Amino acid sequence: MIRIFNYIDRESPIHRLTGASKFAVLILWSIAAMTTFCTPFLVALTILGLILFSVSRIRLREVRAMLILTMAIMLLNNILIYLFAPEQGVAIYGSRDVLFTIIGRYTVTKQQLLYHANVILKYTSTIPMIILFVATTNPSEFAASLNRLGVNYRIAYAVALAMRYIPDTQNEYHDISLSQQARGIEMSKKENLFKRIAAAASIILPLILSGMDRVDVIANAMELRGFGKNKKRTWYMGRKFTPVDILCIIFGIMLVVFTTVYAMVNGSRFWNPFI
Amino acid sequence: MKNLSVRTIVAIGIGAALFFVLARFVAIPSPVPNTSITTQYGLLAFMSALFGPVAGLLIGFIGHFLNDLSAGWGVWWSWVICSGIFGLLVGFGCKGISLEDGKFGKSQIIRFNIVQAVSHLICWAAIAPTLDILMYQEPVNKVYLQGLVASAANIVTTAIIGTILCIAYAKTRPQAGSLNKE
Repeated sequence: MIRIFNYIDRESPIHRLTGASKFAVLILWSIAAMTTFCTPFLVALTILGLILFSVSRIRLREVRAMLILTMAIMLLNNILIYLFAPEQGVAIYGSRDVLFTIIGRYTVTKQQLLYHANVILKYTSTIPMIILFVATTNPSEFAASLNRLGVNYRIAYAVALAMRYIPDTQNEYHDISLSQQARGIEMSKKENLFKRIAAAASIILPLILSGMDRVDVIANAMELRGFGKNKKRTWYMGRKFTPVDILCIIFGIMLVVFTTVYAMVNGSRFWNPFI
Repeated sequence: MKNLSVRTIVAIGIGAALFFVLARFVAIPSPVPNTSITTQYGLLAFMSALFGPVAGLLIGFIGHFLNDLSAGWGVWWSWVICSGIFGLLVGFGCKGISLEDGKFGKSQIIRFNIVQAVSHLICWAAIAPTLDILMYQEPVNKVYLQGLVASAANIVTTAIIGTILCIAYAKTRPQAGSLNKE
């Protein structure tokens, strides 16, 4: 069985932060990076992300698989964007400086290059933070941290249940898949598409019906222990905020404030050096 | 949110776990190279029809979020949000269908499939591309084409897997009024 969350237990300032503040910063950081097109700001976020990465003492080779996958998707997306709209940058920045022509309408303009740089920077500024969050946050603490951030504890508990039962469900899927294959079900490319979907259904069906049984068993157990009776609950993995946590959250809020103010002062979300 | 029953909360947790496993491991290789057909939306439609819109919203959102988090390609908020909205829409659209009482005949099958097809189109061909344009300013024709292809594939798999799931589950439930006085 593979480990689904790449949590690496180690002693570092990032590990010492509570899951709640890391999650809050991740969300605020993502919002800031998603909404702005201010290129220098995205570069700054990328550099800051890389610095935090080295502070966390996570080694690059420990997250290499994730990085390669991200790079591949980033590359594919950029190629698709260029194939569909080689003039996207021109339309956004409102000017056109041709560098050279590849073929037909596929010209390379400064504006298009800047636009692609923005798209790439949007990945590079958020991916280190996501990898960092996954690598430095204990999954069990994650649910407790959601509750601390004001998410209703019933929903935080549902998240905890999901994380608790993913490995079990995964094992069960594996068992069912093997036994169905032993009975002659074919899911590879040798079969035609509709047969493959039907074959997938013959694995999914027992998996989900047994999942439904599990719902009843767990719900009964929780009800017997009086789940949901009180307005609050405590968490085994919950931790208290330290001043550093609060500083981190304030920093995250400042990022979002900055992008909002920038868009208002600048009149658009784009940093435009061509005017 | 406060009056979610314990059973619904557990269903959200287990549903999200199932969603995760299907998204991660049960992808059907398609004729187009390097793309596979995902099966998790059949499950999501079924769970939403069974447990209602709030459960559907949370199963889609939590399942998709955890999957993105663990897969390492970054969290695609636009698609995570849409998975949640899909669950919500199907949950509302299937309000009158009581799978719990074992009723899932022809008219329910037709209704379930119309609801899921419309919800897929709203999510993947309208909301997700619009969010992609807002967040990444991606070319309009690219995102809408992606959206249309994605919704077509999702509609087909949901129609097959979702319907089979609903029928199978309904059969396991005792039907209301199925006892006759002799």
